[in-house]
Amino acid sequence: MTALRAIGRFCYDLVIGDDWKIAAAVLLALVVGAVLAAVTTIPAVALAIVVGVLLLSTFTAAMVIGTRKQ
Amino acid sequence: MGETVGLLVATFVAAFVEFVEALTIVLAMGVTRGWRSALAGTVAAVLALAAFTSVLGYALATWLPRTALQLVVGILLLIFGLQWLRKAILRSAGLKALHDEDAEFRERTEAAGAAPRRRRFGIDPFGFVVSLKGVFLEGTEVVFIVITFGLNANDVPIAVVGAAAAGVVVITLGAALHQPLTRVPENTLKYGVGLMLASFGTFWSVEGLSAVDGGHPAAWPGGDWSILGLIAIWFGLSRLLIAVLAKRREMAEVVS
Repeated sequence: MTALRAIGRFCYDLVIGDDWKIAAAVLLALVVGAVLAAVTTIPAVALAIVVGVLLLSTFTAAMVIGTRKQ
Repeated sequence: MGETVGLLVATFVAAFVEFVEALTIVLAMGVTRGWRSALAGTVAAVLALAAFTSVLGYALATWLPRTALQLVVGILLLIFGLQWLRKAILRSAGLKALHDEDAEFRERTEAAGAAPRRRRFGIDPFGFVVSLKGVFLEGTEVVFIVITFGLNANDVPIAVVGAAAAGVVVITLGAALHQPLTRVPENTLKYGVGLMLASFGTFWSVEGLSAVDGGHPAAWPGGDWSILGLIAIWFGLSRLLIAVLAKRREMAEVVS
């Protein structure tokens, strides 16, 4: 189990890094995008732009929240 | 042709930064614990990385359908790239110390100098393990970048060539200079790589939304050319965040 835990920790550090809010911001924006893709019929280009704006917004929020105490 | 050159340059630059950090660790161990141990650890790490790359690349390419692969790789690259961009923004805003290879080298050599000295089969375990871990960790990030860029560009060999070229350059410079590559504008390069990874990650993860069951595809206006637009937008947002966070830091210092 120790080896598995070490591998899991390694993968977490590699992908998520030292601020989980960034990963959460990305996943939030893409989940909203996936929902829009599944339930709406907005044009493909509009969908890309909407999700792009969501990514920029959630990243900004994560940065502002993460630096509040600094 | 343009796409091939772009892929080569992207993987070269991203890998270059990682190799510089790995070189600092190996140099520190070589100077303090002996070159045989440092180089043995490096070779062991390279062999482990080769095996890791083969397994990961094969698994990703054969187990996932094309669109799901694009989505998964895009998400991973986007998170990875935004980590880099976040650190670059914090450094530029004065909220995080600049990366300093000289300081890193000093810390490593001091720690190595204080560690107990033993030899097994002519190898110093401390120097071997630190070199192995350092090269493997930095190398994993190179592998990650090579695989993600290579798979999405349908040209993993070119991505490997870009990364390998960076390795050759760094090793050659390190062998010639016998010191950390402190004159490399590492913080600027990390900023640029973060922008690049975030932009490509954004492009691929959004286009990969068509992998969602029942979902219709998303498509960036202008196709691949929109990546240039994404780089400009992420750059603009990062400059804005740097200005805002730097101002907030200055005001906090005045108040305190």
